[in-house]
Amino acid sequence: MGYVIEMLNIRKEFPGIVANDNITLQVEKGEIHALLGENGAGKSTLMNVLFGLYQPEAGEIRVNGKKVAITNPNIANDLGIGMVHQHFMLVEPFTVTQNIILGKEPKTKTGKIDLKKAKKEIQELSDRYGLKVDPSAKIRDISVGMQQRVEILKTLYRGAEVLIFDEPTAVLTPQEIKELTGIMRSLVHEGKSIILITHKLKEIMEVCDRCTVIRKGRGIGTVDVAKSNPTELASLMVGREISFKTEKKPAEPREVVLNVENLYVKDSRKVDLVKGLDLQVRAGEIVGVAGVDGNGQTELIEAITGLRKSESGTIKIHDKNITNLKPRKVTESGVGHIPQDRHKYGLVLDYSIAENMVLQTYYQKPYSKAKVLNFKEITEKAKTLVAEYDVRTPSVFTKARALSGGNQQKAIIGREIDRSPDLLIAVQPTRGLDVGAIEFIHKRLIEERDKGKAVLLVSFELDEILDVSDKIAVIFDGKIVANVKPEETDEQQLGLLMAGSNAKAGEKNAGE
Amino acid sequence: MQANNRLFSILVPVISVLLGLIAGAIIMLISGHNPIAGYAALWRGAFGDAYTIGETIRRTTPYILSGLAIAFAFRANLFNIGAEGQVIVGWLAAVWVGLAFDAPMYIHLPLALLAAWVAGALWGFIPGLLKAKLGVHEVIVTIMMNYIALYSTNEIIRSILTNNQTTTEHIPASASLASGYLQSITMFSRMHYGILIALFAAVVMWFLIERTTIGYELKAVGFNPHASRYAGMNVSKNIIWSMVIAGGFGGLAGAMEGLGTYGTITVLASFSNIGFDGIAVALLGANNPFGVIISALLFGALKEGAGEMPTGAGVPTELVDIIIALIIFFVASSYIIRWAITRFKKEGK
Ligand SMILES: Nc1ncnc2c1ncn2[C@@H]1O[C@H](COP(=O)(O)OP(=O)(O)OP(=O)(O)O)[C@@H](O)[C@H]1O
Ligand SMILES: [Mg+2]
Repeated sequence: MGYVIEMLNIRKEFPGIVANDNITLQVEKGEIHALLGENGAGKSTLMNVLFGLYQPEAGEIRVNGKKVAITNPNIANDLGIGMVHQHFMLVEPFTVTQNIILGKEPKTKTGKIDLKKAKKEIQELSDRYGLKVDPSAKIRDISVGMQQRVEILKTLYRGAEVLIFDEPTAVLTPQEIKELTGIMRSLVHEGKSIILITHKLKEIMEVCDRCTVIRKGRGIGTVDVAKSNPTELASLMVGREISFKTEKKPAEPREVVLNVENLYVKDSRKVDLVKGLDLQVRAGEIVGVAGVDGNGQTELIEAITGLRKSESGTIKIHDKNITNLKPRKVTESGVGHIPQDRHKYGLVLDYSIAENMVLQTYYQKPYSKAKVLNFKEITEKAKTLVAEYDVRTPSVFTKARALSGGNQQKAIIGREIDRSPDLLIAVQPTRGLDVGAIEFIHKRLIEERDKGKAVLLVSFELDEILDVSDKIAVIFDGKIVANVKPEETDEQQLGLLMAGSNAKAGEKNAGE
Repeated sequence: MQANNRLFSILVPVISVLLGLIAGAIIMLISGHNPIAGYAALWRGAFGDAYTIGETIRRTTPYILSGLAIAFAFRANLFNIGAEGQVIVGWLAAVWVGLAFDAPMYIHLPLALLAAWVAGALWGFIPGLLKAKLGVHEVIVTIMMNYIALYSTNEIIRSILTNNQTTTEHIPASASLASGYLQSITMFSRMHYGILIALFAAVVMWFLIERTTIGYELKAVGFNPHASRYAGMNVSKNIIWSMVIAGGFGGLAGAMEGLGTYGTITVLASFSNIGFDGIAVALLGANNPFGVIISALLFGALKEGAGEMPTGAGVPTELVDIIIALIIFFVASSYIIRWAITRFKKEGK
C-alpha cells in the first residue's frame, strides 16, 4: 500500500527554537498513525505544517506521492486533509449545520443557502460513521464530546481523506473516549487515514497501527505498535525509563483542612448541581474525587474557590468559614487552585510567562511595592519556576500563548504549588501532559502531601485517581455517594459507583 | 521575536502614513495640482516658522490627551468612543471653575485642571459602571454620552454662565495656561503650557500601564476576564477604573482648549472633533503613550499645515481632510499591511 501522506525532512523554526528538526512522517492509506512525543516536542507544529498553518523552512510534503505546497488550510482541505484541533473552533450560538457548512454553503438555484440539503447531507455523514450528531442543535447546548464530533463532521463534509486529531481525548470522559475510538475505527474502515496525537499510551496500543516518535523536535523513528509495548514507547519518547506506578509512602492524615458540609450550588442555568455535598480533606492526604463529568465537580470547585456562589451549606478551611468569600480571600486563606480550563482560567495568554507566574501574587511584596511592579523580582521568580518545573520556553518573556499545551500546564502547576498552599486543589492537573510530565506532577502532588498539605484531586481518569489518591470520594448527581480506599477498589467498581447504580456496595466498602 | 514585534508595530503606522501621503499625491495629480508644491506648502504651514510651529504644538496638545483617553481604554479592551463628550465636559468644567472665583494661580489653575479631570472622569464612569454592572456595551453608552455632553454644555453656557450669550467671558490669568514666554518665542502664536501637561500625562499613562499593579490588572482584565477573576482581581472595578482614568485624560484635553487656547467656552454648533480625532491618533500611535505623542504631532501638523495649502499651492483644504482620512483608512486596515509584510518577508527568504 502506498503512502497517502509523506512529510520528508521537515524543518520548522520559531524565534529561539527549532520546533521541528528534520522530521519524517509517512502515513499509509487506511491506517491510524500515532504521533508521540513529550510536551513541546513539536507534534502540533508538525501537524500545523501539514495543515498549511505554518510554512516549513525545509523539507517536502507529498500527498499520494505527489509533491505539494500547502500554503494555507484551504489548500489542505482541497488535498483532502482535515484537522480537528486541540482547541475547537466553533461558533457557539450557531447550530451544528451552520457551523459545518460555514464557508462552504450549498446554494439553491436562487442563491439562498440550502439549509435543508445541508442538514440532510450532514445527517447522512453522521449516520454513516456512527457520530449520532443532531444537525439542528446549537453548539452551546451540546457537550464537549459532541462538539468534537461536529469538528470531525466539518472535516468530512469538506471531503477529508486524511484526518488529523490533535489530542482529541484530552477533553473527553472515559465513555466519550470509548465512543471516539469506535468512530475512528469506522473511519479507517471506510478508507480514511488518521494521524492521532495523544499522550495516552494505552490509546496508542489500542487503536493505532504504527507510531512515529519525536523527541525535542527530532524524529526518533517509527515503530509497529503490534510489535511494541507501552514501556518501550515511553522510553523512546523521553529517552529514559519511565515508571508507571507512582511510588509513595502510606499517608499520615492529620487535622481536617477542608471541610465542606451540606453544600448546595446552582449552575449558570440556575439548576442545582451540587445537592447537599459533604467532603473532608485532611492535612497530609490526597483525596481524589472520581466521577463522570457533569456531576457537580466543576461547581463544587468553583464554590470552594469563590468563583461561584454557594446557595447554602458551609465551606471551611481550618475552621475558618470561607463560604462565599471573594476568590482573593479564598486564595489568601491558603488555597491553591490548578484550574480545569487552563486557557480560560489558568493563564492570561497574551501575558508573558513571567507575568503569568505572578498572577496570584503580583500585588504582594517583593513583586510590587506601593503598587509599583518590580520586574527584576518577577523575572527572577519566573526563571526559578521555569527551571524547577521544567517549563520548556525560549525565555520567560515569551507569551504564554506560544508555549505548547503541556508546558502551559507546567507553568500553572509551578505557580500554584510554589505558594505552598494548605489546600491544593488540582483539577485534571495532567490533562494533555506526556508520561514523563505526569510522573513529575504526581510526584509533586505527593511531595506536597508529605509536607503536610491537604490535596484535593479531581480527575476523570480513574488511573490517576487510583494511582495518586489516599482516599477516593465518588461524586454522583451532586453528592459524594461513596468513600473508598484505592487499595480496596478497582476501575470496575469505581465505574459502577460513578454511574450511581451501586451506591450501597460502595458504602459497605468504605470501611472506617 | 519581541524585537521583531516592536519593529512591526512601528513599521505598520509608518507605512500607513506613507501610503496615505502617496494616495493624497495621486489625488492632487488627478485634480490638476502639483503634489510637490502642495506638500511643500503643507510643510511650510506646519513648520515653516516659529509661529506655525507654535500653532502646530498648540493643536497637538489636546490631541495627545484625547489620544491617551482612547488608548488607555483600549489597553483594557474597552472602546472609548466617548472621548468627544469627555473633552466637552472637561472644557466646560475648566472654564466654569476659572470664572467662578478668584484665587492665587497656584490654587486656581490646579483646581480648574482638576475640575476638567473630574468632569471627564465622571463621563467615563457612567459607561464604565453600566458596562461593569449591567453589561451594556460601552460604545453605545459613550456615543449617547457625547450628545448629552454637547447639548447640556451648550445650555449651561447660554443660561448659567452667560445671559443668553454664545461665548463666556475670558477666564482670569490666575486660571490660564497661556504663557507670555511661549508666545513671545513663537511670534505670538497661541502655544501654551498645556503641552507640558500633555507630555506629562503620556508619561503617567506609560507608568500606570507598564509599571504598576493597576496597569497589570487593567490589561489582564482586558485580555482575559475569567483568568483575572480566578486570580482574585475585581473585574467590574477594573472596567470602571479604566473608563474613569480614560475619561480624565479626555477631560484634560478639553481643559487645554478652555484654559490654554481660547480662555473661554463657546456654544458648539457641532462636536469639536478633538475626541473623535483622538481615535485615529490612538490607532496610529498603536495605543502606546509615546506613539500617541508622535501621531498627535502628525495630526496637529496636518491640520495646521492645511491652512497654507490653498494659499501656498492652490490646493483646497478639503484635500487635506481626504489625506487624513486616507491615512486613517490605511491604519485601520493595517492588518492588510501586516499581511503584506509577512508575505513579502516569506517570499524574500
Ligand atoms: N507560534 C509559536 N511561536 C513560538 N514558539 C512556538 C510557537 N508554537 C510552538 N512553539 C514552540 O515550539 C515547540 C513545539 O511546540 P508544539 O506546540 O508543536 O509542541 P507539542 O509537541 O504539540 O506539545 P504538547 O504535547 O504540549 O501539545 C515548543 O517549544 C513551543 O514553545
Ligand atoms: Mg500540542
